[in-house]
Amino acid sequence: MSQETREAPVTASPPPAGGRLAGLLRWRPRSTLGRHALLVLAALVAVVLVLELTSPFRNSQFATMSYYAIAAAGLTVLTGLNGQISLGHGALMAVGAYTTGLLLGEEGDGALPLLLVMLIAAAVTALVGAVVGAAAARLHGPYLAGATLALAVAVPGLAIYFDHVFGGEQGLRIDSPEVPGWFDATIYFLFAHETPGAKYLAYLGWGTLLLVLLLLANLMAGRVGRVWRAVRDDEVAAELAGIRLGQVRVLAFVVSAACAGLAGAVLGVVVRLAAPSGFTIVLSLGLLTAVVVGGLGSLAGALLGSALLVFLPPAVTNLGIAAGLDGTQAAQLAPFVYGVVLVLVMLLAPSGFVGVLRKVRARRGSSRRTG
Amino acid sequence: MIGRRRYAALAAGIAVTLVLSACGAGGRPDEGEGGGGAETGVTETSVKVGAHFPLTGVAAPGYSEIPTGTQAYFDFVNAAGGVHGRQIEYIFRDDAYNPTQTSQVVNELVLQDQVFAIMGGLGTPTHSAVVDFLNSEGVPDLFVSSGSLLWDQPQENPMTFGWQPDYEVEGKIIGQYVAENFPDARVGLFLQDDDFGRDGELGARRYLEDQIVGAERYTPGNTDVAPQIAALQAAGADLVIGFNVPSYTALSQLESLQLNYRPQWIYSNVGSDPALVGSLLARFSEGAVTDAGLLEGVITTEYLPGVDQPDNPWTQLFQRVWDEHGGEGELTNFRVYGMAEAYTFVQALQAAGPDPTREGIVEAIEQAGSTWEGPWAAPFRYSPERHAGISGVQVTRITGGTTENLTPVLVTDNGDVPITEGPGEPAQPPADGIPDVPPVS
Repeated sequence: MSQETREAPVTASPPPAGGRLAGLLRWRPRSTLGRHALLVLAALVAVVLVLELTSPFRNSQFATMSYYAIAAAGLTVLTGLNGQISLGHGALMAVGAYTTGLLLGEEGDGALPLLLVMLIAAAVTALVGAVVGAAAARLHGPYLAGATLALAVAVPGLAIYFDHVFGGEQGLRIDSPEVPGWFDATIYFLFAHETPGAKYLAYLGWGTLLLVLLLLANLMAGRVGRVWRAVRDDEVAAELAGIRLGQVRVLAFVVSAACAGLAGAVLGVVVRLAAPSGFTIVLSLGLLTAVVVGGLGSLAGALLGSALLVFLPPAVTNLGIAAGLDGTQAAQLAPFVYGVVLVLVMLLAPSGFVGVLRKVRARRGSSRRTG
Repeated sequence: MIGRRRYAALAAGIAVTLVLSACGAGGRPDEGEGGGGAETGVTETSVKVGAHFPLTGVAAPGYSEIPTGTQAYFDFVNAAGGVHGRQIEYIFRDDAYNPTQTSQVVNELVLQDQVFAIMGGLGTPTHSAVVDFLNSEGVPDLFVSSGSLLWDQPQENPMTFGWQPDYEVEGKIIGQYVAENFPDARVGLFLQDDDFGRDGELGARRYLEDQIVGAERYTPGNTDVAPQIAALQAAGADLVIGFNVPSYTALSQLESLQLNYRPQWIYSNVGSDPALVGSLLARFSEGAVTDAGLLEGVITTEYLPGVDQPDNPWTQLFQRVWDEHGGEGELTNFRVYGMAEAYTFVQALQAAGPDPTREGIVEAIEQAGSTWEGPWAAPFRYSPERHAGISGVQVTRITGGTTENLTPVLVTDNGDVPITEGPGEPAQPPADGIPDVPPVS
């Protein structure tokens, strides 16, 4: 616990210690926002390079990873920083995806531009999050898990029950956005590549993701983040310090829900469909495992966890096929290996990948100082 | 000092990036990719096709057997030299019946594995997620394993073809059969609350509007069907037509057993596989019911020969294929389904000629598909205007572990089209078990 309570370096920000970096540190911007913005800018360059250099299929996998990561980032703030567990984030993503589907329509030429639709989806989901959060603020531990679990089960059911609006089991078809001319032209000017739909969606997803990470990193580094951590670590102490527990909890839920809504919107346009079978409890649990495996409370951990969620199963399946298993057995291998990885992480590195990295870095730092 | 060196490295990196990107911006190249040589997924010696099926998760029992049947039949054809000298390479991937995953695995099949066509992708919500993508990429999307009417939209989705009889056609034939043979019955409907139940109801009501006393719908996923069955009993229905999936056949049987409600049951083809329903009954009743005995006397429909008809020449062919090339397990009706789809695909590939292209195979199916003969009971409805699959079914009764025919094969189409008797003689399998369709054009 003590490890978590320490001010966690957000995203992959440079380590505060180490003489080698002193020069760089002196040079970097003073303000937190500036520092984070610089990091995000660097990340943006990396994303552009990676997307331009990888195959269309990898692009589509990155698009998938982006919406998992957006939702996981929101969840890691809620669970890791504020200490509230949520098994209902899949349902919140459904809210975002269905809002997008209803606003964009099947033909895709709805009057509203995509970015506005995504904002509305986030706002609607935040509203739902406020309602759920108000109930959740009174609950703890298993009761909170149960309440959010009910959300995860009920929301897909609602979509089936009101099938004339939500399309029932078949779901709402969502037309993929067209690549804007200026975007295609810019990428072409830089790299002489055409921008197919899949790559544009990856850009859209990662653009949204980086924006979300920037905002969350700032929030976590500031007063709001400190208050959330205070509430997580000791409620009584926090209350004595004048913090209103209920308000703080609801706010955390709203922020987290808005992220889930954005993730749902990206999912909707990437998958081109919002259907109840896409938002089962498996999705909610998948997000939670991504957050835990990556490292609870860390945005970088959320990124790592979602990468695992997206890249591990197909890699394992292909390994299985290469090893001579038939298609069915290879497909069954993927969830098995995922489970084994989960168990191993919990046994060997309960603080997740990021926790391990931090430990390694701390050891290196201390050995350098002594040696 | 060190800091300054770092800075210099950073600056150099940016400079290199800029130079590289500046180099890239030349004139737009001509359309080179995929156009010049052979078609995507086709080489001199092979054709690659892909599919998505639920291999894990709740929908896996039964459905996961379909691709193994398809695989076995392709192996059988490959062992005999393939089609136009090309071996068929078949890749099926797991989507766990989750549309989000379907879109991922189909991306992988199309973009990474570079398949020539997608074949037999299973499920209405799952396949809905990829129809737009496949059509915009120009990938043939053949023989979707679902009876939804969505796959018959050649204007919107020119690459997509249905395969099995759609639920409306099946509903019409069941409706007419009941109207003629049970004119005094008070009919209840037990429907899955989606397009499956809706299309079936639409077809049945064409003939039974006056006889229907109640229509009850269940939501897939909710395993309590007591209210629906009780409502049908209260409405006095003495004949119930179910458009439901196998697990709800089992649930509705157990529930009516509890309520001592014994109407004549009719289940659509989808929900009536005796072997699967039997195992589900045993599981749901925790052993109290051990086999499909409850289904004795139940009426259903068929459009493919089943494994319970060992004398049928098609079943014998498929048994031979499974014995020679199958994996573990027995031949099942699901594997027969997969083999019949594979048989259709081989016909399509033969019709596409020695140099198949994506447009070519679609055109070949539109031109010649309605004349192809195979294990299916009634011909396909393929034409440039229609992409609908098998046009009819046969009404049968489950009795003593097998089925007896109650009607000849009945053929019809969506809408007002009347129901007629199908082609008299059932097609016989070719001696070598491989179709021989001449190339179109």
